[in-house]
Amino acid sequence: MLEFFVYLIVGIIFVLGAFAASFFFAPHKPTEKKLSTYECGEETVGESWIQYNIRYYLFGLAFVIFDVGVLFLVPWALTLKSLGMFAFLEMAFFLGILFLGLAYAWRKGALEWI
Amino acid sequence: MIPLAIMLFKSVVVLAFLAVTTMFLVYLERKVSAHFQVRYGPMRVGWHGSLQLIADALKLLMKEDIIPKMADKWVFLTAPVLVFVSAYLAYLVIPFSPFLVVKDLNVGVLYVLGVTSLTVLAILMAGWSSNNKYALLGGLRAVAQIISYEIPLILSIIPVIMLAGSLSLSRIVEAQHTFPFILLQPLGFLLYLLSATAEVNRTPFDIPEAESELVAGYNIEYSGMRFVMFFFAEYLNMFTVCALAATLFLGGWQGPLLPAPVWFFLKTYFLVLVLMWMRWTLPRLRIDQLMDFCWKGLLPLSLVNLILSALWMVFYG
Repeated sequence: MLEFFVYLIVGIIFVLGAFAASFFFAPHKPTEKKLSTYECGEETVGESWIQYNIRYYLFGLAFVIFDVGVLFLVPWALTLKSLGMFAFLEMAFFLGILFLGLAYAWRKGALEWI
Repeated sequence: MIPLAIMLFKSVVVLAFLAVTTMFLVYLERKVSAHFQVRYGPMRVGWHGSLQLIADALKLLMKEDIIPKMADKWVFLTAPVLVFVSAYLAYLVIPFSPFLVVKDLNVGVLYVLGVTSLTVLAILMAGWSSNNKYALLGGLRAVAQIISYEIPLILSIIPVIMLAGSLSLSRIVEAQHTFPFILLQPLGFLLYLLSATAEVNRTPFDIPEAESELVAGYNIEYSGMRFVMFFFAEYLNMFTVCALAATLFLGGWQGPLLPAPVWFFLKTYFLVLVLMWMRWTLPRLRIDQLMDFCWKGLLPLSLVNLILSALWMVFYG
C-alpha cells in the first residue's frame, strides 16, 4: 500500500514540477481581454453554468444500474469454473432481469437521444 | 525503506518511459495522418521532423498560463493534475515482460478499470470549471460517452477473466501461453476495441472535442503546461487501451523467437496504428447515433457474448 502511495506521489510531483517549470519560463502578463471567456470573438452573454439536457441524467442513471450489475459479475467470473452449472443459471437469471430492464428502458424511449 | 526506494526508482523510470512514448505517439500520429492525406507532415526540425516534438514541448513550456476570470479557480487547477495522474496510475500493473512490471496486483484488471475511469471526473471538472459554453458541452458529452461505453468495455473483459481465472494481468498473459484469447473471444475483442476507442474519445467517437462545432471541447480554456497535461493524458490513455487489448486478448508479451518486450510493443503499436487508421477512414458520429450504437448495439451484443462464453465455460472449460 505504501508503495502505491510512493508511485502516486511521484506522479503528482511530476505534474506540479512541470507547472513550476512553466511558471519560471513563461511570461505572465494578464489583461482584461486575455482573461475573458473564449467564445470565438463574441462577447460572452451570461454564465455557462446553466440547465442542460435531461438526457445526460437518464443515461447516468442507466449507467449506475449496469455498473453495479457488472460489479457482481467479476467474482462470479472468477469462480465460475469451480461452481459450474448452478452458478451459471443463477447469473443467467440475474442477467435476464438486467436485460428486461434494458428492454423496458428501450421501449419507454429512455434510450432515445432527442 | 528499501522497497520504497526501489518503487521510487521504478516510478521515475515509468515517467521517463511515458514521456518518450507520448512524444513518439504524437509524432507517429502526425506522420501517419499526413501520409494518409498525401502530405509529408513535420519535415523541418531534425531528420524527417523527428525533433519536432521536442521543439513543441519547449514552445508549450514558454506559453503563458491563462486562468480565465470567470473560471472556478481551484477546480480548474486540479483537473489537469487528475487527468494526468489517472492515466499514469494505470502503468502500475501493465506487464511489459515477465519481469518488466512495476507491481503485479492480484486485482490488476479492476485496478486499471478503476483508475482509468477517474479520467471522466477530470474531464467533467475541466469542462464545468472553465465556465465556457463549449467546454461545458464538451465535458458533458465526454462524460455521457465515456460512462456509456464503459459497460460494454467491462462486459467484454469479463469472459477473459473467466478463461484466465485471475484478475492479475501477468497471470492473464501466462494463461495465454498456448494460444491468445482472441481465438476464443473474437467478438469480445472487437467489442473491446470499439468501446475502448470511444473510451479515449478518438474519431469516429470524438464528439466531445468535435473541432468543427466545439472548437476543442473540455480543454478549450487551458493553455501552456496545463493543456500539455490533457494532451499527454489523451495519448497515454490511447496507449493504455491498446496495451490492455494486447495483454488481455493478443497474449501480451508471449511470442516465439523475439524477446518478450518486443512482442508486447509490436502488438500494442499494431493496435495503435489500427486506431489511427480508423481515425482517418471513418467520419465522426452524431451524438444520437453514438448513444444508439452503445446502448442498442454494443451493450446487448456484449451481454449475449458474455452468456455464450459462460455457457461454453461451464461445458468445456
